[in-house]
Amino acid sequence: MSTGFQRTVTGRIVLRIDDMEKTVLVSLAEQMIAFVAPTESAESAESIDPLAVIVGIDEIAETPSDPALARMFPAAYRDDDEAAGDFRRFTERDLRAGKVANASSVASCLEGSGSKLVLTADEALCWLGFLNDARIAIGIRLEVTEENHDELAELPEGDPRAGLFDVYDWLTFLQDSLVKLHLPAD
Amino acid sequence: MSIAPTEVAQPLLSEEVDRPWITIVWNDPINLMSYVTYVFMTYFKYDRAKAELLMLDVHERGKAVVSNGTREEMERDVTALHAYGLWATLQKDD
Repeated sequence: MSTGFQRTVTGRIVLRIDDMEKTVLVSLAEQMIAFVAPTESAESAESIDPLAVIVGIDEIAETPSDPALARMFPAAYRDDDEAAGDFRRFTERDLRAGKVANASSVASCLEGSGSKLVLTADEALCWLGFLNDARIAIGIRLEVTEENHDELAELPEGDPRAGLFDVYDWLTFLQDSLVKLHLPAD
Repeated sequence: MSIAPTEVAQPLLSEEVDRPWITIVWNDPINLMSYVTYVFMTYFKYDRAKAELLMLDVHERGKAVVSNGTREEMERDVTALHAYGLWATLQKDD
C-alpha cells in the first residue's frame, strides 16, 4: 500500500507506488481520457464550423445523459435552460479538454517513471484534478452518499462493487494526501 | 480548525446594486472537505477561516453563496469551479 503523496525536504512532491497500483492508475487515466474527450460523431463532423471549434464553441451542447458526466459538466443555471445551454456551448469543450489534459499528464508521469514518481508543481496540480475527476466518475457509479460509506466498505468480496470501492477509497486517500500538501499553512 | 466568526461581512448597499449575481456551490457526497477548502483558498484567495466556514456551509446546509458580482464575473467563477470539479451554479441575487 502506497504511503500517499509526500513532500521531500527539498520541496518536491513524491509518490511511491507498486506495479499493481501503477497499472490501476494508468488504466484509470486512459479511461478518463476516453470518457471526457469531446464527442464528435463522424456524420456531423462535416457540418461542424471549424472556427467555432477553434474558439471553443459547440454547436450543440446538452446536459450529458450519463450521470457521472452530468455531474462533471453540470448545468450552470438551475432555472434557465436557455442560459444553461448557452453557457455549456461556450465552456464545455474547454472544460473537457482541461480534464483530458490532466489525465494525459498523469498517464505520462506514470509511463515515464518507475515505482517512485517525482512531480513538478504543475504535474501535481494535474494529479489533483485527475484524482478528483476519477473519484467523481467512480463515486457516481457506486452511488456513494454521505451515509452509505461504511455499507460500501463492508461489501462481500463477491460483490462486483467491492473492488471498485477499494479503488475509490484508495483514490480518496491519495487525493487527501495531495490536497494536504497544497493547503496553505495559515 | 479555527473558531471563525459566523457572520461574513455584509457588502454596502451601493455595492449590492452593482453586484446582483451570485455563485452557489452545492453539496455533493464525493468531493473531499479538504479539497473544497483548498479550492476556495486557491481560486478565491479566501483565508482558511473563511474557506472552511463556506465549506462547512456547503457540507451542512447543502449549499453556500461563495461569491457575488456581475453576471460575467459569476460565469467566470462557475467555469473555474467546474474545472476544479465542484458543483456550482450562478443566479440573480433576488
